[in-house]
Amino acid sequence: MPELDPIQKRLIAEIADLHEVPAGAYNFRANSKLAGRNTTANIDIISKEDGTGIDVKIKPGTKNESVHIPVVISASGIKETVYNDFYIGEGSDVVIIAGCGIDNCGRQDSQHDGIHRFFVGKGAHVKYIEKHYGSGDGEGKRILNPVTEVTMEEDSSMEMEMVQIKGVDSTVRTTNATLAAGAKLLVQERLMTHGHQKAESVYKCELNGDGSSADVVSRAVARDDSYQRFDACVIGNAACHGHTECDAIIMDNGNVLAVPALQAHNVDAELFHEAAIGKIAGEQLDKLMTLGLTAEEAEEQIINGFLK
Amino acid sequence: MLQIRGLTYEVEEMGEKKRILDELDLDIKDGKFTVITGPNGGGKSTLAKLVAGLIKPTSGSIILDGEDITEMSITDRARRGVSFAFQQPVKFKGLQVFDLLKLAAGKETDLKFHDACTYLSEVGLCAKDYINREVNGSLSGGELKRIEIATVLARGTKLSLFDEPEAGIDLWSFQNLTRIFENMRKNITDSSIVIISHQERILKIADEIVVIANGKIKQQGEGTDILSAITGTPDAVMPCVKLTEV
Repeated sequence: MPELDPIQKRLIAEIADLHEVPAGAYNFRANSKLAGRNTTANIDIISKEDGTGIDVKIKPGTKNESVHIPVVISASGIKETVYNDFYIGEGSDVVIIAGCGIDNCGRQDSQHDGIHRFFVGKGAHVKYIEKHYGSGDGEGKRILNPVTEVTMEEDSSMEMEMVQIKGVDSTVRTTNATLAAGAKLLVQERLMTHGHQKAESVYKCELNGDGSSADVVSRAVARDDSYQRFDACVIGNAACHGHTECDAIIMDNGNVLAVPALQAHNVDAELFHEAAIGKIAGEQLDKLMTLGLTAEEAEEQIINGFLK
Repeated sequence: MLQIRGLTYEVEEMGEKKRILDELDLDIKDGKFTVITGPNGGGKSTLAKLVAGLIKPTSGSIILDGEDITEMSITDRARRGVSFAFQQPVKFKGLQVFDLLKLAAGKETDLKFHDACTYLSEVGLCAKDYINREVNGSLSGGELKRIEIATVLARGTKLSLFDEPEAGIDLWSFQNLTRIFENMRKNITDSSIVIISHQERILKIADEIVVIANGKIKQQGEGTDILSAITGTPDAVMPCVKLTEV
């Protein structure tokens, strides 16, 4: 494992399920510094000259390789903005695992704003996994504002898993995508907020080519006094298919605002949205209680399953 | 043994009290396959829900193996050996068939894939096609019913209640379901199985049949005797009343 302290190692395990050095390419960033890097014959990682981030270059035709780029912050008061660009060569098929973990035991806020740009080449397939996690009992907040910009060339496809389950006080997640003909984007977001946390997810998908499709699905749980806003906009500029879905469970005083927006500029665009917000159905609790679970155990199982 | 004494359940409709169950007394013996039948609206499902604890009675008592469970929660009754298959199986987003069977079997059992496979094959489902499926609207009514029954099998408790397993499924699925209940009837030991049903094929395999109408027991006795007594009567099917202009 690169030079990481025990807290940083725990954060890495939470966000990337990594307990040792991963196979393939990686770039570890800890408290705003490079903590380890590996490149492969097909995947190069280069620091930007101005020191603001990295360029990840994946050669055309690269198959079955992965890139881990975890970021951890274990010191209080760090505020950083990082620009990472990913160039995914034509016809490649790769997995990119990002994620940020912040442990803040201090009084000052810690903040990581990661701006990721993806340029997905023709026919390439990318699976992108991003997990956010916060811990520490300091007064300082744990803040994450990721921006993801995706440019998809013809017949490329991208699956994005965005997960934030615990401990992040404030987040504004912005995702913008433009899709050429035949490109396919699938986004699955899993979000749970608790305490006084605030989380906003803003998506804008522009379907510019015939046969392109975007499917943005969010499952969210808002507990305690937390607030969430899901704002998903799909714009159909061609013969395309777009779908957004917000499915939220509210508990305690949780507050969820779903703002679906569809805009069709082409008569052959087919755009749909679904949104449902409500508490856990009483009959679901009853069913699990007839299996011998207590009401609390039933609730936990329902939430765990919902966010799986 | 399940003993029901003076069980009454009232609801309020349009400001008036309506009695769904009316001081009902009933004994369900161990080792028996009992079918409760009778016209719709007679109180059969209400009785099953009261035993499972999903609703609370207005008065009366429910005694399981000598212990009064009337005031117990759903959970406590389940832990004492009451299982209940819902008439309308509940759907869950995210929970998979294997998750549900694991929960049904309990923490102590630590259900494995091959155990789940056994329960699913008993209800006519091939595990490899279903074990990782979400228990949601992508499953048909018949599939959900079978999974519901499999959760009761996985529990393996003393008292298993099935609320109209035939409701909402197609004829083909029903014919398969009757085979499941025939098998359960064969393998019954000291546990009791109670099925609420209108179906003759289910009634035919009953050790005991209880006919409930208007919140009371109308007839009760050995399966063959009661079946011949009610066949072709309004007790076996819902009476049809010709509508007239108001």
